[in-house]
Amino acid sequence: MIKGLEDHTSTFAAVEEAPATPVSARRMTLNMGPQHPSTHGVLRIILELEGETIMSAEPDIGFLHTGIEKQFETRNWQQAVTLTDRVDYLANLSNNLGYALAVEKLLQIEIPARAQWIRVMMTEFTRLNSHLVWLGTHALDIGAMSVFFYCFREREDLLRILEMFSGQRMMTSYIRVGGLALEPPRGWQKVVGKFINGFPSKVDEYENLLDQNPIWRKRTIGVGYISVEDMLDLGITGPMLRAAGVNWDIRKQEPYSSYDKFDFTVPVYQENDVYARYRVRLEEMRQSTRIIKQALEGMPEGPWQADAPHVVLPDREKMKTQMEALIYHFKIVTEGFRVPAGEAFVCIESPRGEIGYYIVSDGTSKPYRVHMRTPSFGNVQALPALLKGKSIADSIASLGSVDFVLGDTDR
Amino acid sequence: MLPEILNDNATAAAVDAQFSAAVLGGEKQHGESTLFIDGAQIVAVCGFLKHDLKFVRVSSITAVDWLPADPRFVLVYHLHSLERNERIRLKVKLSGDNPEADSVTSVWRGANWYEREIFDLFGIRFRNHPNLTRILMPLDWEGHPLRKDYPVHGYKYSYPTE
Repeated sequence: MIKGLEDHTSTFAAVEEAPATPVSARRMTLNMGPQHPSTHGVLRIILELEGETIMSAEPDIGFLHTGIEKQFETRNWQQAVTLTDRVDYLANLSNNLGYALAVEKLLQIEIPARAQWIRVMMTEFTRLNSHLVWLGTHALDIGAMSVFFYCFREREDLLRILEMFSGQRMMTSYIRVGGLALEPPRGWQKVVGKFINGFPSKVDEYENLLDQNPIWRKRTIGVGYISVEDMLDLGITGPMLRAAGVNWDIRKQEPYSSYDKFDFTVPVYQENDVYARYRVRLEEMRQSTRIIKQALEGMPEGPWQADAPHVVLPDREKMKTQMEALIYHFKIVTEGFRVPAGEAFVCIESPRGEIGYYIVSDGTSKPYRVHMRTPSFGNVQALPALLKGKSIADSIASLGSVDFVLGDTDR
Repeated sequence: MLPEILNDNATAAAVDAQFSAAVLGGEKQHGESTLFIDGAQIVAVCGFLKHDLKFVRVSSITAVDWLPADPRFVLVYHLHSLERNERIRLKVKLSGDNPEADSVTSVWRGANWYEREIFDLFGIRFRNHPNLTRILMPLDWEGHPLRKDYPVHGYKYSYPTE
């Protein structure tokens, strides 16, 4: 039985019978969600209220559980990439990358520089995409409606770029084990260049819309405090921590996929409130733009797939002339490649925090076990600590500032 | 007893020095260090790692089902120290089909949901857990889906040949 639910009926009975206790001392159990617009997904929170103050909050998750970790065990290694897309539907490419890096660690194959740089560029596009959706919906929750339209205008351009690269707007599966799914399309530099040159002024535009808005400032500054100890203990990662003065970004601390070759800063704020989290994400959008610009200007030439014929599908032309290529093609398509027995845990920085892929192989062509350490799971776990003692009106701003995706929580 | 390959790992050495009876072994793969810990001592070892060695974060806790091997289940803890930017993996082997383990929620409160998830999906029970209920599956669900003997389509839609 979920805590808070057992006395749920008795609470209503007490309300009907004109209570003897004074109004201020009465407790009310309020069921928020699972279909509540501010939870951005299917999250249910059981709130215990005393007046307007939240005395306790109990998140109830699992509504979007689809058994993805179980499904991994039935697909071969390359097919499983498509499952990683569907975990966090706003940061698909980050999940692709985390999975691919973990499998490549077990396979011990070297990824060429061009593929690594494209991977960086694509995951930064994902970060922009995710932060834009966050900013738009968060502002919408608080009451600034127009920001939503501005953010989704740029998101549309971004999704077109993703479609240009991979053929898909959202479930891209563009980063594969061994490199990329497709060669970057002809003329991508022009499209990406046009977008990225225009984007910084768009970020300024969002800032102008919100920063001078007295309602936005009143509703975010000083709201949503949670101590750093609680955050670390409960598993919060990502922009929430950086808005509380913890300078920890896996892109800097444990660089992967040649992030160490890029020049960018990690925005850190000390205020630890909703406003600081907004500033961190806004700054991160500017830094992502810088990274994409560097990737665009310094993109190395060379192959976009690893030199590993037992993993990567052979070139179509080679298959017509070379026997080995044909054999590898047959093996990879029918059985899938085998991964040496062992285990690997790879963490990367997603827009929401630390994504970790723990992969166990028993030497066959299917994963034995894949565990995803998803950022939203840790972040949602901390909601009771975040909401306790706050007013119910502020809970909407606080919830939004966590930026969780329920698909990511429930998997 | 630590294997030679972990000799250069200061964390592993410190744990081994403090709890020589609890460290059952270790390994290093692809630069990731693992310590095998005696299940009876896991709370003490985790407390030491958090308070003395500053592994303030538990990155994730999960389990692996090695059916038909015995011990069947392995609990896997991934810990992270922000201060030294270091990660370490602990493993606890559990034998039997319905094993019990000690909860580490008293060390990291964040272990709460990870242990509930393991209970839900693997059926491993945790002693001294504040609220050991299902978290992802419905409360009245039967069976534990991530066990290897649980069919992929569930019992309702499975076929005998599967």
